[in-house]
Amino acid sequence: MKILTEHIDVPNIDTIDVFMKHGGYSAVKKAIKKMTPDEVTEEVKKSGLRGRGGAGFPVGMKWSFLAKPEGVPRYLVCNADESEPGTFKDHYLMWKSPHTLIEGMIVSSFALGANTSYIYVRGELMYVINILEKAIQEAYDKGLLGKNILGSGYDLDLFVQPGGGAYICGEETALLESLEGKRGNPRNKPPFPAVKGLWQCPTVVNNVESIAATSWIVNNGGDAYAAIGVGRSTGTKLISASGHIKKPGVYEIPLGITVEDFIYSDEWCGGIRDGHKLKAVVAGGSSVPILPAELILTTAAGEKRLMTYESLSDGGFISGTMLGSGGFVVMDETACIVHNTLTFAKFYHHESCGQCSPCREGTGWMDKVLNRIEHGQGRKEDIDLLVDVAKKIEGNTICPLGDAASWPVAAAIRHFRDEFEWHIEHPELATKPGAVFMRKGASWTK
Amino acid sequence: MKVTIDNITLEVEPGTTIMQAARMIGPEVAPPAMCYYEPLKGSGGKCRACLVKVTAGSEKDPRPMPKLVPACITAVQDGMIVENTVNEDVLETRKGIVEFLLLNHPLDCPVCDQAGECHLQDFSFEHGVSSTRTVEERNTFEPTDLGPNIQLNMNRCILCYRCVYTADQITDGRVHGVMHRGDHAEISTYIEKAIDNDFSGNVIDVCPVGALTDKTYRFKSRVWFSKPVDAHCECEKCSGKATIWYKGDEVIRVTGRKNMWGEVTDFICNGCRFDKKKTSDWVIEGPTNVSRHSVISANKYGANLIKPAFPVLQAARDYKQINDDRDRSFLGIQPALPKSKKK
Repeated sequence: MKILTEHIDVPNIDTIDVFMKHGGYSAVKKAIKKMTPDEVTEEVKKSGLRGRGGAGFPVGMKWSFLAKPEGVPRYLVCNADESEPGTFKDHYLMWKSPHTLIEGMIVSSFALGANTSYIYVRGELMYVINILEKAIQEAYDKGLLGKNILGSGYDLDLFVQPGGGAYICGEETALLESLEGKRGNPRNKPPFPAVKGLWQCPTVVNNVESIAATSWIVNNGGDAYAAIGVGRSTGTKLISASGHIKKPGVYEIPLGITVEDFIYSDEWCGGIRDGHKLKAVVAGGSSVPILPAELILTTAAGEKRLMTYESLSDGGFISGTMLGSGGFVVMDETACIVHNTLTFAKFYHHESCGQCSPCREGTGWMDKVLNRIEHGQGRKEDIDLLVDVAKKIEGNTICPLGDAASWPVAAAIRHFRDEFEWHIEHPELATKPGAVFMRKGASWTK
Repeated sequence: MKVTIDNITLEVEPGTTIMQAARMIGPEVAPPAMCYYEPLKGSGGKCRACLVKVTAGSEKDPRPMPKLVPACITAVQDGMIVENTVNEDVLETRKGIVEFLLLNHPLDCPVCDQAGECHLQDFSFEHGVSSTRTVEERNTFEPTDLGPNIQLNMNRCILCYRCVYTADQITDGRVHGVMHRGDHAEISTYIEKAIDNDFSGNVIDVCPVGALTDKTYRFKSRVWFSKPVDAHCECEKCSGKATIWYKGDEVIRVTGRKNMWGEVTDFICNGCRFDKKKTSDWVIEGPTNVSRHSVISANKYGANLIKPAFPVLQAARDYKQINDDRDRSFLGIQPALPKSKKK
């Protein structure tokens, strides 16, 4: 079942004529001509669509929180600042099929009553920005954007804004600051963007994938979307699969397939590369807790783990993780967890905005301590120190970057403590190139 | 609106923050603040020193808030119950915040001009632990000048953004801000441009640590050897109300007047701050009342606090030095003091 990527391999799908030939912009016509904004919102609510950027907050509910005072403009902002290590789905979708996003933007803006909308794209993706600009111009030329769309009296202007290359600008309030031309520091909440967002006006910020999905929901109805998936995880999800698998890439999966299927079936990842065994998986982008092979395939209760929001977070952070943004990084037994954790910690150290003290200082501290352990200068007390520092960052920061920085470190130590201890106790072995700790009796040990 | 902080209940106006309510009760209950500065719009929420536990959100919705909340920017709800000094989690987190702030802060208090009136010193003394767990090297920066009278020592900066808000709110263009990210972020003026404004000196007063210092005062004295006196002058640009600091007969520096929370009540202009260094420039009002930062008042107002009783005063008046003219020459010791003259 494919919704977003159904026609993605059609040649020239990035041009509006080919896109319209394959049913493109039918949702715009249906929404604007036959439906009221509230009806569109109602369908999105019914669909159970959840935010695809990471947090998984229901999109319809987010829309219904939007304050609608008289005479104040409202904005829709598309968060295309996808910078999470391991996640590259929005990039793929915008590059291959920009009109899918633009159609979703028009439908969503109509539902929210926004007359100006923005797509905030990370600055590194300049060629994608050019593709989007071209596609938007095509939509203007067809009368799908601009004044009086399709003769309905509804106006919408759509702008693309390149980011300056900061991970933090993917946080919604930092994104708004950046969009306003300021330094991308997250704002204190409350007030939330739904009340005071862009230029202090009510604003909704949604991920590319969430917005793109709304046009299918308008065409086929919320109930049809809700029929796909399991429980509260409805619809399809783009997963960016990478790491030691046979077929890395972006896959659109119906939520609810098993993790085992996703890794080993030929339809998706195609299994672990030859001659190797699954050691660990980061299931939703670098921020979510890493899980060892036995816990990613089955939950602590012994049930098969599914690719859903609920199943992946089963067991909390003790034995579970999160679906996050769908950055599925698979590691086989050659992957060193300490090195991997250091890489993540370095990233968060580099990307912390430096506004609040726990994150600014804590991420740097964890990076430095992990760097010492990796290079054979760890001390016994360092492991507990890392756990404590992670605990003191988590929940005490302005934005979720602090949490995102502390979770991978805490989880790596929770599940692979012996590997860290080995690095500290045997620095002469651990610092040899390519040396990896082999846990006795583990499923991945040769 | 009713709010309970550390088991003390009080009535406040709607819109009051937890910090403001706690400050109404007193310094024993008020959470520490490293970045929040009441006179500056938009300050607060950054240092996380004032995190408190809300055990009941309001009368209507008495659920506890899941995370610790910053007291300085969280508005009070009717019936809210807040725990500050009585909550273990809060105290433990605060220890962590001290640790984070000191992680890259040099322990150069012995040569720092701010020592003695430094909020970070107070904060770590009151809420920190005496040991350190870090063995990592600290990040270092070169000191730079912001104009002729202000020096920036970025090593000591804790990125509270107070000076940024001050500069933003006193200057027209944005010339002073933060560059880079994370723990390598630094305070900077736009391409090394000085803050060209008559009120730029106020960034020194708002700085909680010794990152921004007054070049006319640098290394002149330890804070506790100087004596603060409230004074005012006729000034066209500002209110003219200031605190002048004496060392002996000399005015060694001029600062804005600060309230008990270390916040400047009236911003003063650079003319008053940097140029009026003579007693004749000022009309003296009286000694500054220093209550919280005890190190400043040490050895100065102690005498006022404990009034000597009458017999002691009488004895002091009648005191006569004992005349000891015994011959000590055989001991080979020179008398330490010159002999008192005989009448």
